[in-house]
Amino acid sequence: MTTETLAPSARAAAPKVKSELMQQRIRAARLFLIPMLIALAVVAGWPLLRSIYFSFTDASLSNLEAAQWIGFGNYFRWTVLESGTVRYRGLLVDPAWWNAVWNTVRFAFLSVLFEAVLGMMVALVLNAEFKGRGIVRAAILIPWAIPTIVSARMWGWMLNDQFGILNDLGMRLGLLSQKVAWTATADTAMTAVLIVDIWKTTPFMALLILAGLQMIPKDIYEAAEIDGVHPVKQFFKITLPLVRPALMVAIIFRLLDALRIFDLIYVLTPNSASTKTMSVLARENLFDFDKFAYGSAMSTLLFLIIALLTILYIWLGQVKFDGGDR
Amino acid sequence: MTLNKLLVAMLTSVTLVAGAAQAAELSIVSGDTGTGLEFLRGQLDKFEADTGNKVTIVPMPSSTTDQFGQYKLWLAAGNTDIDVYQTDVIWAPQLADQFLDLTEAAKDVVGDHFPSIIESQTVNGKLVALPAFTDAPALYYRKDLLEKYGKEVPKTWAELTATAQEIMDGERADGNAEMWGFVFQGNAYEGLTCDALEWVKSFGGGQIVEADGTISINNEHAAKAIDLAASWIGTIAPEGNLAYMEEESRGVWQLGNAVFHRNWPYAYSLGNGADSPIAGKFDVAPLPAGDGPDARSAATLGGWNVAVSKYSPDPDAAIALALYLSSSEVQKERALMQSNLPTIEALYDDADIAAKQPIIPAWKEIFQNAVPRPSAPTQVKYNEVSSMFWSAVHSTLSGNGTAAENLEVLEADLTELKGDAW
Repeated sequence: MTTETLAPSARAAAPKVKSELMQQRIRAARLFLIPMLIALAVVAGWPLLRSIYFSFTDASLSNLEAAQWIGFGNYFRWTVLESGTVRYRGLLVDPAWWNAVWNTVRFAFLSVLFEAVLGMMVALVLNAEFKGRGIVRAAILIPWAIPTIVSARMWGWMLNDQFGILNDLGMRLGLLSQKVAWTATADTAMTAVLIVDIWKTTPFMALLILAGLQMIPKDIYEAAEIDGVHPVKQFFKITLPLVRPALMVAIIFRLLDALRIFDLIYVLTPNSASTKTMSVLARENLFDFDKFAYGSAMSTLLFLIIALLTILYIWLGQVKFDGGDR
Repeated sequence: MTLNKLLVAMLTSVTLVAGAAQAAELSIVSGDTGTGLEFLRGQLDKFEADTGNKVTIVPMPSSTTDQFGQYKLWLAAGNTDIDVYQTDVIWAPQLADQFLDLTEAAKDVVGDHFPSIIESQTVNGKLVALPAFTDAPALYYRKDLLEKYGKEVPKTWAELTATAQEIMDGERADGNAEMWGFVFQGNAYEGLTCDALEWVKSFGGGQIVEADGTISINNEHAAKAIDLAASWIGTIAPEGNLAYMEEESRGVWQLGNAVFHRNWPYAYSLGNGADSPIAGKFDVAPLPAGDGPDARSAATLGGWNVAVSKYSPDPDAAIALALYLSSSEVQKERALMQSNLPTIEALYDDADIAAKQPIIPAWKEIFQNAVPRPSAPTQVKYNEVSSMFWSAVHSTLSGNGTAAENLEVLEADLTELKGDAW
């Protein structure tokens, strides 16, 4: 076609045959991407922009149309009292918000750490050849397949202080001296949430790591075996470096997921400051309180914090999504 | 031939559509606990038989805080799927704009209800919701255990604490390791606001925000009341009580594992149900009083109402349903089967109710003296006020600071939230 002659000069410098084929491919790829991009713009882009817009207004949920632009007031503002003292207000100086940020980051760090270690162990086991491996691989996915609300409720009953099975077992085996109210008290509530989350998402981690493990050629191990390399050394010198790209990508998926944790905490624990995360706090302000704009500011900041942590992780961990660093 | 068939088919489908349009399809939300949903279904079946309309129940979580968030979201989005909402007594000022005015539709029956309840559902002259039942909590106690230990029904919280401790220790020594003294609603949600308001009011500590809008919570009587409650956790009440809502506390109580229990009247008929281990072994009394100059027995005013969404596609049928659910007929059934307190004064003299649910005539005076939560003075900010209050109380119960410290911070937060006016 005639338009192809208008291709940028940089591309014209490339070998001609490849260029035409490549251009055809790129055009096709763009065409196939359009529906997905439209869908993303409608279900993710538009709501995101609306939330960001509302965070700069005084919007109230009962009358969104009447929202007035107020600038950065929801994030930070100050008033000077008659006595001369300055009072700072807004999300950036709200202790409840920073408490929620700390809860979320702590939860995300601990849960992803445990899930990565346990997931690696599970994946190594599943990578070995043994009888009935297919069934075990399918069975291990069950926690991941149960909807979070259902598993949160289920664990809620198992952790119940009066008739929960965990307390019953603990008492019978002599591990506990008295029944523990796992989800109720501030010091154990976060632990309970971590236990349930690790139980639920370790299979997901294991699956992604397993995919990475299966890409490692068997002959490397054979060579190592012949050279008499100790299995532990094999793991650290061969397996870990080679599975690293897959592991890094798995961790980032989980990190994104863990930073916006909502359902598990909302269902499992009392609505107290010791477990409230960013998402829980944002929902409360958006819908329960008459503070839609303030809640939107929280959602916006939540988005920025996740984006920042992800960029930091990709940069520091030198993650490559094309798997090209092998 | 084929054309004729097609015509017939088209005509039939038109009549079917027209027929469907006459019988409305309504949806009602319900977050009822215990056997509430079953009861509601039974009443709706009668309504369907009488009117030919079809009503679907949309079940909701039992926590009133959870329900409110969902309803507010739906109403803000102009959701046409839900026609009739069951609303908590405290919601009227916050949701008034989204519901239809029922003044005209209810003008013949409104006089039968207690005026104070109708007033609580009237916002700026608009009748937002019709009352379905009212609520005032009771102290449930095990009469067999009190008899065994020769104890009186406690009149003050101090007596309750001592009696609960003694019976609990005695029962545990007898081998019943599961026994607790007192269970109540201690999770961080609206229910804790109700429970804690009762403690504070009974010690003469005011009602958080007074009717004129003054913030009164930071006082020594309130602090004393909440400190006493904090002393229960881990002694006469299980630590898990910090996560109990109505149904969790009723679970402990109805298994026979608590001497005292604070709950709404619905637990009365459930406790006397055929499968209940404590049937016939318990009775109810007014909640205990505190001590101090203005001490009294205080019960938080609860209750549920039915409101019609202004986005309902079929408002007439929806209003008919709301009128039906608040009618004397349904309220009597509700009283008999669910032991919910009627809002119609005449039903308190009803012989059937008095015979089957003796708690109801006995509760007339208690609910008439019940303490309202400060939803009227704080208006759209009520939920935040309530959340700040229950958070301060939950922190104290969890051992994070004393009541005096937490109430001082609470007062500062409330003052800031209030600004120039509520």
